[in-house]
Amino acid sequence: MVEEEGFRRYVAHFILWVGIAIVAFPVYIAIVASTQDNALIANGQMSLLPGGHFFEVYYQTIFVGTSGSTREPVGNMMLNSLVMALLIAVGKIAISIISAYAIVYFRFPFRMPIFWIIFVTLMLPVEVRIYPTYKIVADLHMLDSYAGLSLPLIASATATLLFRQFFMTVPDELLEASRIDGAGPFRFFWDTLLPLSRTNMAALFVILFILGWNQYLWPLLITTRDDMQTIQVGIRKMITTTDALTEWPIVMATAVLAMLPPVFVVVVMQKLFVRGLVETEK
Amino acid sequence: MQKQAIFQTKLLPYALVAPQLAIVLIFFYWPALQAVIQSFLLQDAFGLSTTFVWFENYIELFKDAAYFEAILRTFFFSFAIAVSSLSLALLLAVMADKPLRGSMLYRTLLIWPYAVAPPVVGVLWIFMLHPSLGVLSRYLRGMGIDWNPLLDGDQAAALIILAAAWKQISYNFLFFLAGLQAIPKSVFEAAAIDGARPMRRFWTVTFPLLSPTIFFLLVVNIVYAFFDTFGIIDTMTRGGPGKSTETLVYKVYSDGLLGGNLGSSAAQSVILMVMVIVLTGIQFRFVERKVTY
Repeated sequence: MVEEEGFRRYVAHFILWVGIAIVAFPVYIAIVASTQDNALIANGQMSLLPGGHFFEVYYQTIFVGTSGSTREPVGNMMLNSLVMALLIAVGKIAISIISAYAIVYFRFPFRMPIFWIIFVTLMLPVEVRIYPTYKIVADLHMLDSYAGLSLPLIASATATLLFRQFFMTVPDELLEASRIDGAGPFRFFWDTLLPLSRTNMAALFVILFILGWNQYLWPLLITTRDDMQTIQVGIRKMITTTDALTEWPIVMATAVLAMLPPVFVVVVMQKLFVRGLVETEK
Repeated sequence: MQKQAIFQTKLLPYALVAPQLAIVLIFFYWPALQAVIQSFLLQDAFGLSTTFVWFENYIELFKDAAYFEAILRTFFFSFAIAVSSLSLALLLAVMADKPLRGSMLYRTLLIWPYAVAPPVVGVLWIFMLHPSLGVLSRYLRGMGIDWNPLLDGDQAAALIILAAAWKQISYNFLFFLAGLQAIPKSVFEAAAIDGARPMRRFWTVTFPLLSPTIFFLLVVNIVYAFFDTFGIIDTMTRGGPGKSTETLVYKVYSDGLLGGNLGSSAAQSVILMVMVIVLTGIQFRFVERKVTY
C-alpha cells in the first residue's frame, strides 16, 4: 500500500510536469525565436536554443517597430494598451461601485428596473453588436481615441452585481453608527464603505486589467491610425499575408511583450487573481 | 432581500446610477436595438432606399447553406475545444489536488496562460505549426503527414481547436482544483475503507461530486469557443482556407467588413444575441442552485 502510494506520487509529479511543458512550450519557442536571426527562421532552420540577437531585436521592436508592415514602435502600442486597460478597469470599478451603492443604500422609483437594465447587458457582448456600436462611436467622433477604445466597454453588470452582493453583507449597524456621528451619504461611502471594499476592488481590478489589456475585436474595428493601435492589433498587422515579408523575431518579441504585463499580474498577485476570477464568474 | 438601514436622499441615487445608465443605453441598448430594426429591413443595391421586409433576412439566412455550415462548424469547434481542454485540465487538477511537495508551484506554473490574449495565442501556434517554417511542422512532415494548415481546411480547423483548447486549460484547471478542494476528504476516506481502488474512487465518488463544476465549465467553454476564439482565428487563418474556420462571430465580422448585406449581417447579430441569452440563462439557473465550487 505504502509503496503504491509512493509510486502514484511519482506518476502525479510526472503528469503535472508534462502539463506544464505543454503549457509552456509555445511561449518558450516565442522567446527563443525573438533572439534569432530572421533569415534563419524564414528558412525553417530555427534553433531550439536561444540565439544572440536578444538586445538588437528587442531594441528594434520597442523603439522602431518592423521595417515593413506596421513601422510603429511597439513601445507606443504598449502605452496605448496600458492606457486602455487602466481606463477600462478603473472606469468599470468606479461606475459600478457607485451604481451598486445607489441600488443597495437608497430607495427610489425605478430602482429595480434600473438594476435589471444594467444586469441584462451581460447578454450583449460586443461581438453581437459590432457594427451598430461602431456606427455610434463614429457618429460621436470617437474613432481613434482613448474614449472610443474604453467608453463602450466600461459598463459592467458583473462588477455591479459583485459590489451589490458585498454591500448586502455589510452590517446595518455600521450605517447607523456613522449616522449617529453625523455622516451623510458621501461621508459614509468614502470613510466606511470604500475602505471595506478594498480587497474586492483589488481582486476585480486584477481581472479587469487583464481583460482590458487583452481586448482585440473592438480596438481592431475602431483604430485606423497606426499610432492609436494597441499591441494586440499591432501584432496581427505584423503578420503579412505574403509570408516572406513577415519579420518573425520582431513578431515573437511583440508576442512576448504583449504577454508580459498580464502574466506578471497573474503570477505576482495570484491570490487576488484567483479570488477575482472565482467571484466574477458567480 | 433589502437593506433596512438606508438613506432618504431623493436625487442623489439617480446621479449615482447616471454614468453607468448612460453608457449602457448609448453603447449597449441603442446598438442592439439598431441591429434588431436593421434585421427587418432590406436595403437596395445603392443604399438609397430601405423597405420593411418582416423575416425575409432571417429566412434567406437559413436557406443559405454557408450559414448553416457556419452554425454546425461553431458547434463542432465548441464541442471539440470544451472536451479536449476540460479532460486535460481535469487530469491535471486531480493530480495537483494530491498532497504533493510543491503543489503551489505547480498551480502557478499552470494558471498563467489565462493571461495570454487570444491573438497572441494565435500567433504562437501558427508560428510553431507554420507550413514552411514551424518547428513542429518539421516533425509532422518527418512522420509523413502532408502538413499545410494554410491550404488544408481540416488541418486549419484542427489548429484552431488545438490553440483555443490550449489557452483554456488554465481556466478549467483552476475551477476544477477549486471544485476538488471543496469536496470533503472524509468522503474519499470512506470510499477507501470500503475498498474502492483509486480509479474506481475517481469515477464513483469524485466525478459525480464534481459534476456541477463540470457543467458550469461546459457552459463557460462553449461561450468562450463562440466569442473569444475570434482573436485566435483572425491571427491564424482569417476564417480560411475557403471558409473552413469561419465561426458565427467571424462571419458577422467578415460579412460586415465587406460592406455586403446590412440586413443579413444584422439578422446574424440578432441570432447570436438569442444564443447568448440562452447560454447566460442556463448559466444563471445553474448558479442559483448554489452547487458550484
